[in-house]
Amino acid sequence: MVKVQVYVTLKEGVLDPQGSAIQNALHTMEYKEVQSVQTGKFIELKIEKTTDLEKRIEEMCEKLLSNPVIEDYTYTIEEVVS
Amino acid sequence: MKFAVIVFPGSNCDDDMVYAVTEGLNAEAEKVWYTETSVADYDAILLPGGFSYGDYLRSGAIARFAPVMTSVMEEAEKGKPVLGVCNGFQILLEAGLLPGAMQRNQNLRFICRPTELVVENNQTGFTAGYKENETISVPIAHGEGNYFCDEKTLKKLRDNKQIVFTYKSNANGSVADIAGVINEKGNVLGMMPHPERAASDILGSADGLKLFQSILNHWRESHVLTS
Repeated sequence: MVKVQVYVTLKEGVLDPQGSAIQNALHTMEYKEVQSVQTGKFIELKIEKTTDLEKRIEEMCEKLLSNPVIEDYTYTIEEVVS
Repeated sequence: MKFAVIVFPGSNCDDDMVYAVTEGLNAEAEKVWYTETSVADYDAILLPGGFSYGDYLRSGAIARFAPVMTSVMEEAEKGKPVLGVCNGFQILLEAGLLPGAMQRNQNLRFICRPTELVVENNQTGFTAGYKENETISVPIAHGEGNYFCDEKTLKKLRDNKQIVFTYKSNANGSVADIAGVINEKGNVLGMMPHPERAASDILGSADGLKLFQSILNHWRESHVLTS
């Protein structure tokens, strides 16, 4: 079994209205050092280990977990002792 | 002519769609549950608004893989008219039947109000009943209607006249004021405003009814020889 952590973020050049709203709030709170805020999604999967594990994870990311028109994804794989 | 109104868990404009077709056009409409596997018996397919699957992950992302969608995509491929309104539009984008993607409204608010649309292209099977550049009043009701596509796609949409409706005053931040786009073939239309909520004067506007009427007329014209 492996634990897969998927991070989905907006592609560069795609406006992130939630990110800008959070940044404005942080500035209002006097955290003036904040230069940018990017929101995204975190998805954790537990997956049975297969030979084509990475290929299948990437398929899941491209078909469902992210929308390739506006989003990028990265992932990490970690062995879990069950 | 028989219309199918696809119902997903969380659809909430399906009755309004059926009403627009049956009361407004005096035509036949049936609701089709998302677990059905064929819509081949219908002449046009309507994907209604709502919050399919609670908008989980992304609006339309999960509905796009509902069992009925395989057949919807096949029929779209064959050239059958498919109209997606609001959440229906989001589903068509997620399914790749239309280019682009939706984002949260720029002001991060759910916007529900009548809007003025410009009919940019009346040379389609959905808009033949309108005049070119006609301004019509159709309500919007969405939190994620901020249409996005890259420059290359936008150019293609413009070159092929695929932008069918634009907002007179851009409420949600959409690229190029886009309110509705059609596929290259001209048989799949997606739009955020709700024509079914503007299907009768008692609703405040009957401007949306012409869209359904156009689908019916287009169908009659193409079937006049065979019937």
